[in-house]
Amino acid sequence: MTISRLLIANRGEIAVRIQRAARELGIKTIQVHSAADANSLAVHMADEAINIGPFQAAKSYLNIEAVLAAARATGADAIHPGYGFLSENPVFADAVEAAGLIFVGPKGETIRTMGDKAAARGAAQRAGVPVVPGSEGRVADLDEALNLAEKIGFPVMIKASAGGGGRGIRIAENVEALGPAFDQAAAEAKAAFGDPGLYLEKFIGNARHIEVQILGDGVNAIHCFERECSLQRRRQKVWEEAPAAVLSLEVREALCASAVALARSVRYRGAGTLEYLYDEESRSFYFIEMNTRIQVEHPVTEMITGIDLVREMIRIAGGEPLRYQQSDVRLSGHAIEVRINAEDGSRDFLPSPGKVTALQVPGGMGTRFDTLLYAGYAVSPFYDSLLGKLIVWDTSREMALRRLGRALGELKIDGVTTTTPLLQRLVEVPEIRAGVFHTRWLELWLVTTTEP
Amino acid sequence: MPKELLAPLPGVFYRKPAPDKPAYKSEGDIVAVGDVVGLIEVMKSFIEVHAEASGKILRFIAGDEEPIMAGQSLLEIE
Repeated sequence: MTISRLLIANRGEIAVRIQRAARELGIKTIQVHSAADANSLAVHMADEAINIGPFQAAKSYLNIEAVLAAARATGADAIHPGYGFLSENPVFADAVEAAGLIFVGPKGETIRTMGDKAAARGAAQRAGVPVVPGSEGRVADLDEALNLAEKIGFPVMIKASAGGGGRGIRIAENVEALGPAFDQAAAEAKAAFGDPGLYLEKFIGNARHIEVQILGDGVNAIHCFERECSLQRRRQKVWEEAPAAVLSLEVREALCASAVALARSVRYRGAGTLEYLYDEESRSFYFIEMNTRIQVEHPVTEMITGIDLVREMIRIAGGEPLRYQQSDVRLSGHAIEVRINAEDGSRDFLPSPGKVTALQVPGGMGTRFDTLLYAGYAVSPFYDSLLGKLIVWDTSREMALRRLGRALGELKIDGVTTTTPLLQRLVEVPEIRAGVFHTRWLELWLVTTTEP
Repeated sequence: MPKELLAPLPGVFYRKPAPDKPAYKSEGDIVAVGDVVGLIEVMKSFIEVHAEASGKILRFIAGDEEPIMAGQSLLEIE
């Protein structure tokens, strides 16, 4: 089955990115949009556009019925969900296939399995992939927690089984702290989720966030090396690199092989990412979760491998087998992506929507700017603050950092306040130049540093 | 002369801290400078809106969950 008319169920820079890949494959693009996005770049660029509802995401981009109705009305034969919105909703994936259309992504049942933390952890363990040492499911009481903590070693993290959003989480440094921490976490979990159930994990302090890109066709799977995404603020990635400079060749090989083993074991179809915590001291990696979609930071992988990931996921969805064997995927040079957000870094990242009065985009060799902007565009207050992603590639990390500084200097977005000045400062920070950081580094740096 | 409280940012105005909670303030309530009178959701962030004058809330001009522009009148205080 080949795809000839692709509906894009997303907005912003990723909608533009998907359209580019589709057009190069000779596929017509159909862009859904909310009433607030009628003047977006994605709508202007698409072959066809269709309004699916008002500004509220719940009534437009998250409305399964409205998206499917638009697909029927426009004669689409496939739907690309992008990232966020409906991209990891198994009900949507199933509904698309039930409507006789192609979902550009894995099967609904794969999304369901890998989206459940406990089920994904189980799948990883069965595939021989290391997970963070911890309890098998819930711990019954404090005695069981104490026994387990002695076995895996302090510090330990106590987490709500039904949890999310950081609530019901406590860290205990030692035996004495475990009792109070256990009681507090249980009370918080009961208040927040109506369920006091807890589980226990080893706490890995200064960990790095490293993730592996995989591609699968439902039978075979390959990796496209890893990304280092430790520079985060409030769990939002700010700066991503490929490859992870901290890894030795041996560790890289083992990490990527573990990701392929897990992808094969679930017969993964499409592009996906396995996230790991990496402990530099012990050189150990632990699987934490899988994202069953294209990711924001996919371009850094494209830059070091030369593989167009969005094009490949559309080809796979159209029924083609993987066009690459593992030995075809070569790592070359170093790539860095920074996120340009409409936020004021000097005012606690206050959002800054508004009209872009002038735009100057960086260019030159190894420089890419994936954006939703054009001069005169009014940045909407109703959606997230990502304006674009500046991606650079060069032969080494040192040269990529220099190229990033040069390219950031060329970027001019007038009319809205952006995170560009913050990123320009980060390029010069010694720890960043040396690649010495972990997932909490950026937040600590932000509170301890002052404006120049 | 009633004083109008203007929206500091564009976005969506909320009169309640959460859908299942009561409104921060009602018409007729007395407010002090700095009291929270609502929230604005802008780019997925929630920003508190504070009263800039003390007095009695005469009326809300912007409704709950209503899209607003920066500088738009939210309510009148006497």
